[in-house]
Amino acid sequence: MTATILGFPTALVLSVIVIGIAIIGYVGARKRAMDKAGGDARNLHSLPNYYGMTAAMFAAIPALGVMVIWLFAQPMFVQNAVLPLIPASETANAGAQNLILSDVRRVADGLDVAISQGALIPAEITAMAGDPSNLRTILGTVGMALGSEVQPYVLAAAQKTRALSAQGRLWMVVTVITLALIGAALALRAAGPAFRARNVVERGILALLIGAASLAVLTTVGIVLSMLFESVNFFRLHDWKDFFLGSSWAPNFRGDSDLSILPLLWGTLYISLIALLVAVPIGLFAAIYLSEYANSKVRSIAKPLLEILAGIPTIVYGLFALLTVGPTLVRIFGRGEDGVLGVEWMSGATSVLTAGLVMGIMLIPFVSSLSDDIINAVPQSLRDGSFGLGATHSETVRQVILPAALPGIVGAILLAASRAIGETMIVVLGAGAIARVSGNPFEAMTTITTRIVSQLTGDTDFASPETLVAFALGLTLFVLTLGLNVVALYIVRTYREQYE
Amino acid sequence: MKDHQISETDVTTHPVKIAARDVQVYYGDNHAIKDVNVDIEDKTVTAFIGPSGCGKSTFLRCINRMNDTIDVCRVMGDIRIDGEDIYDRVVDPVQLRAKVGMVFQKPNPFPKSIYDNVAYGPRIHGLARNKAELDDIVERALKRAAIWNEVKDRLSAPGTGLSGGQQQRLCIARAVATEPAVLLMDEPCSALDPIATAQVEELIDELRQNFSVVIVTHSMQQAARVSQKTAFFHLGNLVEFGETDKIFTSPEDPRTESYITGRIG
Repeated sequence: MTATILGFPTALVLSVIVIGIAIIGYVGARKRAMDKAGGDARNLHSLPNYYGMTAAMFAAIPALGVMVIWLFAQPMFVQNAVLPLIPASETANAGAQNLILSDVRRVADGLDVAISQGALIPAEITAMAGDPSNLRTILGTVGMALGSEVQPYVLAAAQKTRALSAQGRLWMVVTVITLALIGAALALRAAGPAFRARNVVERGILALLIGAASLAVLTTVGIVLSMLFESVNFFRLHDWKDFFLGSSWAPNFRGDSDLSILPLLWGTLYISLIALLVAVPIGLFAAIYLSEYANSKVRSIAKPLLEILAGIPTIVYGLFALLTVGPTLVRIFGRGEDGVLGVEWMSGATSVLTAGLVMGIMLIPFVSSLSDDIINAVPQSLRDGSFGLGATHSETVRQVILPAALPGIVGAILLAASRAIGETMIVVLGAGAIARVSGNPFEAMTTITTRIVSQLTGDTDFASPETLVAFALGLTLFVLTLGLNVVALYIVRTYREQYE
Repeated sequence: MKDHQISETDVTTHPVKIAARDVQVYYGDNHAIKDVNVDIEDKTVTAFIGPSGCGKSTFLRCINRMNDTIDVCRVMGDIRIDGEDIYDRVVDPVQLRAKVGMVFQKPNPFPKSIYDNVAYGPRIHGLARNKAELDDIVERALKRAAIWNEVKDRLSAPGTGLSGGQQQRLCIARAVATEPAVLLMDEPCSALDPIATAQVEELIDELRQNFSVVIVTHSMQQAARVSQKTAFFHLGNLVEFGETDKIFTSPEDPRTESYITGRIG
């Protein structure tokens, strides 16, 4: 924002003014309520502070809300207003139109800066309207670099943008301050023994909390929608049958590629399965040991150590897969006569097994830490009951504690599964880049996430199916993990209904 | 040794089931049970009463060695069931607990079906050779616990879905299913409403036919209603032990009198 008041951004100054009005309203309303109550707070419906808070709330919230909306909406209105000034021939497609509009904005901002620094006076700009050819140099000297010579229509549009923006800002200031004053005045007028200020404040706080909660949900919806629109674009350019049912993944930047998700989905699920086969037994046994058998001293050391695994960045796990686990596996399962087993099953270090093993190690702390908490939450009375019947410790764990903790453990496993499906860096380095459907765990395969990375890195053209496919892949991944979470919730809930 | 003499002078109509001599319990440095001597009879309900923290639950948990599961707890002295020293090295506390059943303060059915709750002990100890035998054991236990008629049509329903009183009777059925010689009850009615309490008390009276029952209770009315023998604990000491009627009508020790008349505790 180049628009300033005394050197500060308009929005900041305006916020300070509104907050000032709110504070004055707070003090005033509190005092007025007390005066009306004859100086005795017991005559009031609510505590005196609530009257003040009502005034502050009425003054600040609508005014600041309108300001935020105004700040977002104004550029759009201005843009629509200046669009007719640009010749239709220059705005044939959306890309060109965006370029010109951004030029207009930059010129407008540049003119503001130039005027504030004294490099230009408004009359000079008006004089340049017919031939703005040296404007680029002048704006360059004030630090606003332009990509091309300024066309006359760009200057005209920029001038109009400046005029409209200045006008809009003025109206915004007037509206916001008026709103703040009206809000404060209303609350001030209402303040008195009969006004139920506490209820009003609490309803206001409730609205605030609901707003915070819905913001998170709306963000999710926004993410899904943005993925959805790009995916729709992709399916306009590429046959959906090939995407979902085709058999090969062979992107080709000259066009006409095979873009089927199936080989990638197979790789994703295969690697995740191996990772879970590693993580679930080890994690669960570790959790049982820690929560049931370890004494408090061992536990206080072992649990944090195990949880450190969860703090290692996944790229480090990827390096571990690439440099240590992969070559070790090759030494065991490959190299023919020179290998440990004397077999020739594995040729390269990158394979499903490499990535799966390392990912499994990464998931162990997730499974163990969550399961440990869940096992600890099983009431001691159940253990006592089982011991009291002459069950041994292991019988108690197997037949009472694990069944009681099962819903939570299933939840932990599904959480680990969705991490495995969404994991990227380990598979980039450990699994290879070959998309294929095969049951051989010693072969290199690739996953959905790594292909999203490779389709979006480097030179990308967001109009080609080879790039847009990343969004369709991302959306599929999202639906997959969402489905997994829904299933997890369903399992947990039916189990709860049965046993609580 | 005074308590010892009391139990010997008592007219015992049943043989002694549990004999405790010079029992001491320490929780770390805390001397929780001091020199307790008591003889508990077969086919009798014995009530342990006393103010909170007096050691009555601790002593109860010595009888099935549940205190072994607490690291800092040390038990000394001699406790015999049917003449066998239960703290002997050759006794496996796990096997002992099958012989000495326990019912806890809060009903704690396992998150399993009613049937599986009762069958839990018999399955672990291999008491049934086949399904039919197990069915019999479960049915007999549920009948003994006076809950058979309420649950016979829904044995596969979860035990946690029963009401509080039913859950506690289910836990009693679970405890008697392993055919214990002794049944220990640690305040079995303190989490129940008066109607459920009455049902459980009635049940305890019936269980006397087959078991030696030891019950810890905070309610002196309950002790008077269900027990034949009463032991009064105070600050880790067994103050007085004898016929319930006598303890409640003419206690010998002034501390017992103070407690039952409500002056200490």
